[in-house]
Amino acid sequence: MKFTLSWLKDHLDTKASLDEIAAKLSAIGLEVESIEDPAAKLGAFTIARVLEAKSHLNADRLKVVQVETAKGKSPVEVVCGAPNAKAGMVGVFAPLGTFVPGTGITLEKRPVCGVVSNGMLVSERELELSDEHEGIIELAPEMGDHVGERYIDIMGLADPVIDVGLTPNRPDCTGVRGIARDLAAAGMGKLKPERKIGKVEGTYDCPIPIKIEFTKETADACPVFAGRYVRGVKNGPSPAWMQNRLRAVGLRPINALVDVTNYISQDRGRPLHVYDADKLKGTVHARLGKMGETFLGLDGKDYEVDDTMCLIADDNGPLGFGGVIGGEDTGSTDETTNVLIECAYFDPLRTAATGRKTGLVTDARYRFERGVDPASVEPGLDLATDMIVTLTGGQPSKAKVAGRAPVKKRVIGFDFDRVAKLTGLKLKDTEIKGILERLGCTLEAKGKTVKVTVPTWRPDVHGSADLVEEVVRIAGLDRVPSTPLPRTFGIARTVLTERQRRARRARRMLGARGLVEAITWSFVRRSDAQLFGGGADALELDNPISTEMSSMRPSLLPGLLTAVQRNRNRGFADAALFELGQAYRGDSPEDQYLAASGVRSGTARLMGSGRHWDGAACEVDVFDAKADVFSVIAALGLDPNKAQITRDAPAWFHPGRSGALRLGPKVVLAHFGEFHPETLKTFDVAPPAVGFEIFLDALPPEKRKSRAKAPLEAADLLPVRRDFAFVLDRSVAAGDVMRAAAGADRALIQDVSVFDVFSGGNLAEEGKKSLAIEVTLQPTVETLTDKDIDAVAQKVIAAVKKATGGEIRG
Amino acid sequence: MGTKAPSSDLKKLEAELLQDIAGAGDLAGIEQVRVATLGKKGRVSEQMAKLGGMAPEERKAFGQEVNELKGRVSEALEARKIVLEGEALTARLASERADVTLPVRLGPVGDGRIHPVSQVFDECVEIFADMGFAVAEGPDIETDDLNFTKLNIPDEHPTRQEHDTFYFRPKADGSRLLLRTHTSPVQIRTMEVQQPPIRIIAPGRVYRCDSDQTHTPMFHQIEALVIDESTHFGHLKWVLEEFCKALFEVDDVKMRFRASHFPFTEPSAEVDIGAEAIGKPGQWLEILGCGMVHPNVLANCGLDPERYQGFAFGVGLDRMAMLKYGIPDLRAFFSADLRWLRHYGFSVLNVPTLAGGLSS
Repeated sequence: MKFTLSWLKDHLDTKASLDEIAAKLSAIGLEVESIEDPAAKLGAFTIARVLEAKSHLNADRLKVVQVETAKGKSPVEVVCGAPNAKAGMVGVFAPLGTFVPGTGITLEKRPVCGVVSNGMLVSERELELSDEHEGIIELAPEMGDHVGERYIDIMGLADPVIDVGLTPNRPDCTGVRGIARDLAAAGMGKLKPERKIGKVEGTYDCPIPIKIEFTKETADACPVFAGRYVRGVKNGPSPAWMQNRLRAVGLRPINALVDVTNYISQDRGRPLHVYDADKLKGTVHARLGKMGETFLGLDGKDYEVDDTMCLIADDNGPLGFGGVIGGEDTGSTDETTNVLIECAYFDPLRTAATGRKTGLVTDARYRFERGVDPASVEPGLDLATDMIVTLTGGQPSKAKVAGRAPVKKRVIGFDFDRVAKLTGLKLKDTEIKGILERLGCTLEAKGKTVKVTVPTWRPDVHGSADLVEEVVRIAGLDRVPSTPLPRTFGIARTVLTERQRRARRARRMLGARGLVEAITWSFVRRSDAQLFGGGADALELDNPISTEMSSMRPSLLPGLLTAVQRNRNRGFADAALFELGQAYRGDSPEDQYLAASGVRSGTARLMGSGRHWDGAACEVDVFDAKADVFSVIAALGLDPNKAQITRDAPAWFHPGRSGALRLGPKVVLAHFGEFHPETLKTFDVAPPAVGFEIFLDALPPEKRKSRAKAPLEAADLLPVRRDFAFVLDRSVAAGDVMRAAAGADRALIQDVSVFDVFSGGNLAEEGKKSLAIEVTLQPTVETLTDKDIDAVAQKVIAAVKKATGGEIRG
Repeated sequence: MGTKAPSSDLKKLEAELLQDIAGAGDLAGIEQVRVATLGKKGRVSEQMAKLGGMAPEERKAFGQEVNELKGRVSEALEARKIVLEGEALTARLASERADVTLPVRLGPVGDGRIHPVSQVFDECVEIFADMGFAVAEGPDIETDDLNFTKLNIPDEHPTRQEHDTFYFRPKADGSRLLLRTHTSPVQIRTMEVQQPPIRIIAPGRVYRCDSDQTHTPMFHQIEALVIDESTHFGHLKWVLEEFCKALFEVDDVKMRFRASHFPFTEPSAEVDIGAEAIGKPGQWLEILGCGMVHPNVLANCGLDPERYQGFAFGVGLDRMAMLKYGIPDLRAFFSADLRWLRHYGFSVLNVPTLAGGLSS
């Protein structure tokens, strides 16, 4: 919402400076987005008179003119190409050094075809006032009295333009008067009385019938439509002051009739429309559209109508969308002599819907969809009639009003104590009362509570909380005393849930393993989602930013693989990235799950990547991913060795070099492995690359009952270690051997570890491998004799043979 | 028989032996001397062997002399050995020289990084936990009802258009889910199941169908909600002041509250902070929107607005990270560029605490 300072002062009697006004506007919720002072742009241009104009000796179309730029000073020689430059004319002069906004050039002293030009006489386009560039600006001869004075001062253009970002709840401030009212309420001066309107009610009936045609259900679309006929107008350009103001706020002057409606829209937040009455046929009515109807809008575009849109139509068909845009065919032109002025009320929701469907963003829609003052219908019509008659002459008819304005009296019972209760700001009753009254409320005391009648222009005020808002907004939020929030506990309690603590710990653990945390988009390309088991219709965005971001991700891995690929393209092939975040199995809240996932590529292993004098890092493999998973699971308080490892990781992993970590048959804690070559190909990631995903929600809740740790069981007797090497079929899992060995004597065997795996030489030909384990025996009662140890060793050998068919190596 | 006095022979022997000892140049040499002197067939042992053929008187005197000689020679041997060991060690150390300028790996803890958004989130949790706020969470995929209607944003309200919402495809019944445009639905979900007093923060990803220099289609918000019977706008001001001071780790932050409008709060305000808090004096920076929870929102959640009141505010986590840590470009937050992550990311050891400092 734009307005100029002088325009504001039409409504506001104030001595406040522009800066004070701007600060106050922002403080009370009318945020100043910019202030543009034309003096900054056009301040250097002055009034000048052409004393003499001669043809340029070297160029036919140029003239050499002598310009009087200041009274009593010798004339300045200027080269000018304008056809209208002639002796005696008064124009606008730019001295050397002036930046000319329309051309983007700063004037320099230089010869034009051999004659030095000491400045410039400018056109309207060069000042960005209009597109006019046929000739230089030619002012009325009496302007010659102002030679040497600033052009903007003489023409009334030295008027700062203030742009306010309006919140959608303030339709009243879509008019300058509403803004003035707020400022006055906030102590920035006094709201001036309404301007006096002449006699506008005519003596004859409006010759054009007006009807509103809706069903009971749709009656709110346009509950009132007022019109007045004006006979014998003489249209033409509106006066300069009006044109200046319209231009200043970004509106293009058209003709007096149109300009008046635009002016009132801006001045009062009250849109209007003027029809060329001679182009109307039959009755003008407001009604809903019919499918298939079309019309040509004022913007020169064709619009299709549907049966939800509110139309203004005559017997020929639609004229325009009510509250949004008028039609081209019935608009006023310079030839217009008889007009119908429309002043109506259109439903905000329907107006917004029509605007959205048609994509039309107009000043009328802007106001109607926020809610135009329903009580402004007849006053608006009168104001428009008055201005039109003043500017264009003509005889107005009696007003014709179809329907009734939806003016409802809103009375709120208000307890002044509510202000302090809700805001902590203690104000005197007189101050609260004064603010509400200056905003247009009427107050009627009734015991402790006051009955507040809300002005019709404030559709946003419904209850006492709204009134509190009005009071503190105007009184000033800076006056609200900062008040400590009482502590609920002495010392702060733990607030994070177990899940939140686990997420935190998993994040720090993965970082501690050298992985770098990334945050990737929650949506991925649909084909990528499909590759990871997602891509369902239900998780597809209807209006994605791009096809690369259309499907809610089923896993964090596609985003991470994309990131790995991008980093490789930037020259970083060794990437260790992780993300901790949500992914989606479906569209219900329970389908969203939390994962900690990571990808390592190239040589990005735990101890570092790349070549190094102390030993180059080798390529990542499945065990790097497994180690990441186990570390996190262990950090979250679960012994990963007590979970089962199965070979059924999902299809995006290498089928032979991947696994799943499970708790029982149903609960999957994690997947890990090398990626399937096809997966890498799809993401254009060069092998090797491994990844993992840990499903944090799958971890069982912690069962800890006490903070106390279990007592330490450290035996006094020395442990005994024995090595065994088994020859096994190659398919036998090391885990099975370890489990069998550990189970051979649970009382004595404390630990089993694998220290060698060999499958070369003769073993390879036989499809065998050798697995060497170290078994730690921990005696608890007495030192083991050789006999005891041999007995356990035999049990281990037997157990392994039974479980795996493995033979002890000779 | 003209035999030399044994004592003078011994003196000569001792002199020779001591000379041999002194002449031993290394540990092997001194060992040779030791064997030649004290070994079974050594020269001192030879003298001992003579004792057998002597008369008792002579034997006693000679034996004592030889023993004394042996003691002195042994001492000299030991002393020389220590010197030679020292020399040998010096020589060995002189030859053992590592190029200590060779680079070493920092190890995984040095390589890993925490994303600035996670870090600032942890910082915020630390601050709000001290004021008794729990952390509430909710789904990204939301209903129209929870994202808009219950927050007092009716259909066709201009605010809805401003939200640039991502929608999912309509379901058979015509309803359509959306991606939450703010974390406010979490406030609704909390109020629907929890009786006041309520103090929560609701952090998380939010989505707007918008992408340009300063907007990304996904970003992070943290919202706070307090509901009880007495919390008012003055408390809101204090909490925001304390939050900003704690987050930016400064003793004082200038703040400016400008009245504004949000459908879900009333009164509402936008808040600017004096940018000297981040080392840029003379500017104001808009950082958040806030207000007292709208009575309609309370009523929509089944809370009596005559009895309960409270405040809510929302702030961009990414924006806070940008302001606090001088990170220029929002879009880079989600580009997973290792150079950016290593530069702007945080060490895992940098766990924010109030006692130890949020960022140190």
